Amino acid sequence: MTRIQIITIAINFILIAYIARLITKGKLREEYAIVWCVCTLFLIVFSFWTKGLEVMSKLFGVFDPPNLVFTAFIFIILIYLLHLSVVSSKSHHSITRLTQEIALMKEKMKREEQERKKA
Amino acid sequence: MTKLLVIIPCYNEGNTLPLILEQLLQLKLPAHYQMDIAVVNDCSKDDTKWIADLYPIVVLDLLVNLGIGGAVQTGFLYAKENGFDLAVQVDGDGQHPPRELIKLIDFYEETKTNITIGSRFLAEGGFKSSFARRMGIRYFHWLNKILTGKSIYDSTSGFRLFDKSAITIAAAKYPDEYPEPASLVLFSNGGLSIAEVPVLMSERLAGQSSIGNFASIYYCIKVTMSMLFIYARKSSWL
Repeated sequence: MTRIQIITIAINFILIAYIARLITKGKLREEYAIVWCVCTLFLIVFSFWTKGLEVMSKLFGVFDPPNLVFTAFIFIILIYLLHLSVVSSKSHHSITRLTQEIALMKEKMKREEQERKKA
Repeated sequence: MTKLLVIIPCYNEGNTLPLILEQLLQLKLPAHYQMDIAVVNDCSKDDTKWIADLYPIVVLDLLVNLGIGGAVQTGFLYAKENGFDLAVQVDGDGQHPPRELIKLIDFYEETKTNITIGSRFLAEGGFKSSFARRMGIRYFHWLNKILTGKSIYDSTSGFRLFDKSAITIAAAKYPDEYPEPASLVLFSNGGLSIAEVPVLMSERLAGQSSIGNFASIYYCIKVTMSMLFIYARKSSWL
């Protein structure tokens, strides 16, 4: 095993441990964690299987193996960012609805209290 | 009996709000009209809420700043929940003189149009805004004509009277940022009738337009996109 393999494997395990910690502490929802876990698993596989990158490059017909890494990861990151934009839009909509509902409820409560005082 | 709700979306309008409220409360409406005023305080940093609470009106206090669209929509939700027949948006910065409201109401009584827009371009005199803004308004006139088939000159005017069916649509779905031109496509999709009435608008008494110089290009792009997407939703291309 080469030095770089040991370093990457060690970093991968630290990353997995950190993701697990975030989930157990309730700071990361499981649905987002899946993406990160799959990513780290990928990295671990390729750290052990050093020939893997060349095999995959040949399979996809990529001349220079590192280019496959960049292309694949940039694509995955873009898709994930799009997904995050969808999530953020959804939260935005929910916050709007909640804020409006609270304003309407506060007004209703105030009105009912005034009517009770009158009676 | 016709129940009318005046919706005043406010963001830091503490200086101009008392004057508008005084004018509105003194307004002489047709006898069968019953008017309520709802101030929507969009998380103002000044004393807007405190001032609004002094008057015999409804105050809808938003905990989070939602922007003009979300604020006005809160007013529509209130109108729908409490069975109002009509709702009118009057801006808190004094651009829409309350006495002009009579013109919208008279027009509605004659024609029963679903949405009556107070337009600053059909009238003589009054405040007419800058050249760049007029160009933008001409562009939206053109875009609206393509998407809705209706000729609306002042599509950015927020001074509008909504009837019950328009309130229902706006309460369910209203664009959150720069909602005026885009909502016209929404109402047109719903098959509502839209008409313009000349009104005199004044320059805002205080405060700034929500659209600055740098933001105006963003404004055009954003509004164009939301209009196209709302139109596409109806045509179910996507």
